[in-house]
Amino acid sequence: MERKVFHAMYDDDDKLKEAAQLIVDKGIRIKEVFSPFPIHGIDPIIGVKRTRLAICAFMYALTGTSLALLGMWYFMISDWPMNIGGKPNQSLIDNVTSFLPVTFEFSVLCGAHGMSITYLLRNGTVPGMIADNPHPRSTNDRFIMEVTTDENSSMSADDISKIISSTNPEELSEKEY
Amino acid sequence: MNFVFSKRAKITTLVLMALGVIGIIGGLNSHNPHDHGGQEFWSNLLVCGFYFFAIALGGLFFYALQYAAEVGWSSQLKRVFEGIFHRNIPAFSLVLVIVFIASTLHVNHIYHWMDPGTYSEFVIPATVEGEHSTYTDNAEATGAQVNLGIDKIIKNKRAYLNEGFWWARTLVYLGVFIWFGNWFRKKSIEEDALDGTTLHVKMFKRSAIFLALFAVFSSTLSWDWLMSIDTHWFSTMYGWYVFSGMWVTFMIFATIATLYLRDKGFLPKVNDSHIHDLGKWMFGISMLWSYLGLCQFLLIWYADIGEEVIYYQQRFENYGLPLIVMCIINFVVPFLVLMARDAKRNPVFLRLSGCLILIGHYVDVYLLVMPGTMHGHSHYSWWQPLMFLGFLGLFVYLMLNSFTKAAMVPVNHPFIDESEHHSI
Repeated sequence: MERKVFHAMYDDDDKLKEAAQLIVDKGIRIKEVFSPFPIHGIDPIIGVKRTRLAICAFMYALTGTSLALLGMWYFMISDWPMNIGGKPNQSLIDNVTSFLPVTFEFSVLCGAHGMSITYLLRNGTVPGMIADNPHPRSTNDRFIMEVTTDENSSMSADDISKIISSTNPEELSEKEY
Repeated sequence: MNFVFSKRAKITTLVLMALGVIGIIGGLNSHNPHDHGGQEFWSNLLVCGFYFFAIALGGLFFYALQYAAEVGWSSQLKRVFEGIFHRNIPAFSLVLVIVFIASTLHVNHIYHWMDPGTYSEFVIPATVEGEHSTYTDNAEATGAQVNLGIDKIIKNKRAYLNEGFWWARTLVYLGVFIWFGNWFRKKSIEEDALDGTTLHVKMFKRSAIFLALFAVFSSTLSWDWLMSIDTHWFSTMYGWYVFSGMWVTFMIFATIATLYLRDKGFLPKVNDSHIHDLGKWMFGISMLWSYLGLCQFLLIWYADIGEEVIYYQQRFENYGLPLIVMCIINFVVPFLVLMARDAKRNPVFLRLSGCLILIGHYVDVYLLVMPGTMHGHSHYSWWQPLMFLGFLGLFVYLMLNSFTKAAMVPVNHPFIDESEHHSI
């Protein structure tokens, strides 16, 4: 069987959303949608799974909290006890209040950076990487839907092409790969 | 569609109010050996009065905020907010005014800067056993002696903290809040019968004026009514701390009321996205409150200056357990329970954590007032929760009663359509 990828281009996000709904209703899986901005309500239509970025963020922040407390303990308690305003300096727990702002900041720092880096890697949008969007205009004013025959093995390429054409895309391209 | 006050809700609120009356009678006859002249009862009245006044005031603030920021999603819930503030602000102003009159007439000593013995230069000692001494600033008065008990700090604060100016401020705050509350409500109902956006634009402008006034008053009212209890002590974060407390209690109240009304079918177009947004406010403002509370504590803890530390010392020594439990409830519970998206869309989670945080903030207001008025001698007994429940009953009764007075969903609000299609 030939392996094909279809790219349907629309000039409006609402048009793409309606088309996606029609195509999904016909039993076709949409692989990906490329858009210059997030399209509201597209996720449940094309079946995007809930992001796990939040879980990552929590783990990164937890790492930050632990690292900050460990660091504070080593620098200010264990290695060289620091006298902060006459507060007890031989125990972390009695002095933890002074370290809270730093711990908070470091948690946020680790959470935010970890999340950004994960996001860039997962999306393949690290600066310098080659873009994988099928058409440069999907970063400007066009909305592109990607459907592959691999994901829709129960249908022939012609059927898929016909169903997509029935939604009147501005442009429909087929490519073998 | 107007709200129908069900018999069950009516009976429940009336029973709560009856419990409150029992609580008030119990409070007036309480036998705390360290309690002079019903100080504990009056302090508790201030706690309850301010707690519910703050919820209503938070409602008025949030309502004005929706207009000033031209918010669309919440226009479905406009009448819920109105119901919370428009009868309750006047009612609980009255409770506060009763406490303040009693303080000014020295029936209680909540505000000890009102005691002339703290600021007068001279004293005329009582000649008859059992009578009170009189105080004066006039050195020529017969029998006047130098007042050795004068409190220099309070005397220096006299320019701001004197009964006349204090009452003038109090009346201005209450007058402004009541006037704006009534005005918003009136115009909102008028809008139901009118087309166009004339009234909406008018309310948009007025709400901005209100917010400017509120920005000042929310700080100064907390200094005047609460911070001046601990007269020697002051904190510049105090106003924000109290303000964030009133905001979060209102958000919880609004969430619970919205869930109740939606279950009863009076808010048919309110969907999970609205509930999610309310949950976000609950979560977010809980964090704001915790943040401000921690900032205030950290600065004082860090500097370790005797005049400042005394505030927390009193609280940790005599109210350590409620203080810690309160912080856990008000910060850890919303942080862990309400962080997840699904939790904010789940009525069970919202109601449970909401009720807990409401109780937590009651303890918070209690800890703002009691350590200053009762010092280490307050004794939490059965009549105090009953009083709280009584005022809760009154608050809910007035709220539900005002829901019956107008269509539950505004008819001609320009954003009503946007709100119906709210989806996040």
